[in-house]
Amino acid sequence: MSATELDATHNHSHGHDDHGHDHDHPAWLAHHFDDAEQQFDSGKLGIWLFLITEVLFFSGMFCAYAMYRSLHPEIWTFSSQFLNETLGAINTGVLLFSSLTMAWAVRCAMLGQNRGVVACTGMTIACAAIFLGVKAVEYSHKIDLGLLPAGFYVPQVAHPEHHEGLSKWLIYFMVVPGLFLVVLTAWYGQAVATANSVQKQIAGPLSVSALCFFLGVGLGLYLESGEAAEHGDKAHVAASDSHEETHASDNHSEADHAKDGEHAKDETHAATDGAVSTETASADGHAEASHSADNEIISPDVNKPNAAGLFFSIYYCMTGVHAIHILAGIGVLTWVLVKAAKGQFHSEYFGPVDYVGLYWHLVDFIWIYLFPLLYLIT
Amino acid sequence: MAHSHANQHEHHEKSDGHAQAGHGHHGHHGFAHPSPIWQLLAVFFALLALTVLTVYQSTLDLGNMEIWASLTIATIKAALVILFFMHMIHDKPFNIIMFLGTLVFVALFLGFTLMDAHNYKDLIEPGSITPK
Repeated sequence: MSATELDATHNHSHGHDDHGHDHDHPAWLAHHFDDAEQQFDSGKLGIWLFLITEVLFFSGMFCAYAMYRSLHPEIWTFSSQFLNETLGAINTGVLLFSSLTMAWAVRCAMLGQNRGVVACTGMTIACAAIFLGVKAVEYSHKIDLGLLPAGFYVPQVAHPEHHEGLSKWLIYFMVVPGLFLVVLTAWYGQAVATANSVQKQIAGPLSVSALCFFLGVGLGLYLESGEAAEHGDKAHVAASDSHEETHASDNHSEADHAKDGEHAKDETHAATDGAVSTETASADGHAEASHSADNEIISPDVNKPNAAGLFFSIYYCMTGVHAIHILAGIGVLTWVLVKAAKGQFHSEYFGPVDYVGLYWHLVDFIWIYLFPLLYLIT
Repeated sequence: MAHSHANQHEHHEKSDGHAQAGHGHHGHHGFAHPSPIWQLLAVFFALLALTVLTVYQSTLDLGNMEIWASLTIATIKAALVILFFMHMIHDKPFNIIMFLGTLVFVALFLGFTLMDAHNYKDLIEPGSITPK
């Protein structure tokens, strides 16, 4: 390991800080610890205890999920069509990669490779930003469709209108990251102009990360538009399927089965008409079906605030709280990034990187469970 | 003078004799256990593979076993993250016991609650809850 890896603040000269005493203790070792290892172990115990409280915290939400899913599997089956598995899978991949870069950052810190810590932590923050970008697309899409928590849930229709251009909610979500991007890029520019190496190392990765938020948004938009057509068909198939389950009428089901996929739209209309009025309508349902102003509400039994709305309450609560944890994670990762830019880590002081790493892995751990439970319901 | 341990040394000699000699290209790491890069990459690719597997598994129709299959794969992924990325495999037993104990409590929490979940359905009179 070259001496250049050891950075300036690796010094322990006491004259430079306002320690009045003269004993042999470096600046990075707190007074109340005997040695570096004890300091590290104490911090480690502390962070594990915190992670334990986080696990218990999330387990409350998982319990709510488990309870309601077990009691109302049909609500879960219906609601799962509105969640985009591809976006969920991309987010999973992104978070897994961020866990890799975080673990790598810990390794770099242990070896005193502060620039490595800057790079890896920077990449972790960038991945977090991509994750949030994709999330912003998901949320804005759902808000537009009225897929909201129970009190605000809007029953879904068979033909949701696809408006052109960006969702206004997505624009709202992009305001703050946009501001960050502008400020951070300006700060980076200033760092380059003044040749301030530490500032460059901080502002550079952070600006790239802010840009990555928009990369995530772009990725999300690209994938969602590809899924839109698919979702249309899925909605119809799911609608007619769940109708077959909830309908008592056998004639009606036979009529549905007789028609093929092309008439899926008409099937939905016929099915709904049949539910509301008599069965005579269903036989030649498509002749009668009008795609008029009133867009049929699919699967009315579960497509209402106290049913599907319940699913979305749980969905927003779990993914929302998880997203808040990602935001907090970005905060502490930035703190570690700053310390690394100042060259503060070495083989006996790497606690902050290790502890933040543990927190970040926990965030990934939660997502590992959230992904199949929310997105991969069949 | 107390400045004897200044910049030239890679680490610092403590009063309890924590001094170590150099250990090749990994430097001095008394209590640090830097994970080998191959290990980090191997775990990452295993996690990716398991993610692909779990997406594939969701497309199969396993009926009631679906949720258990997803949870099993998720648990394997979680175990990889905990053991290697969080390096629990090198951690102090006390921390391990605490964390595993937490999972026991979560299991109790969910287990007992779920056992009770279906016990009251028969007691609810039809029509007594007015849907919106």
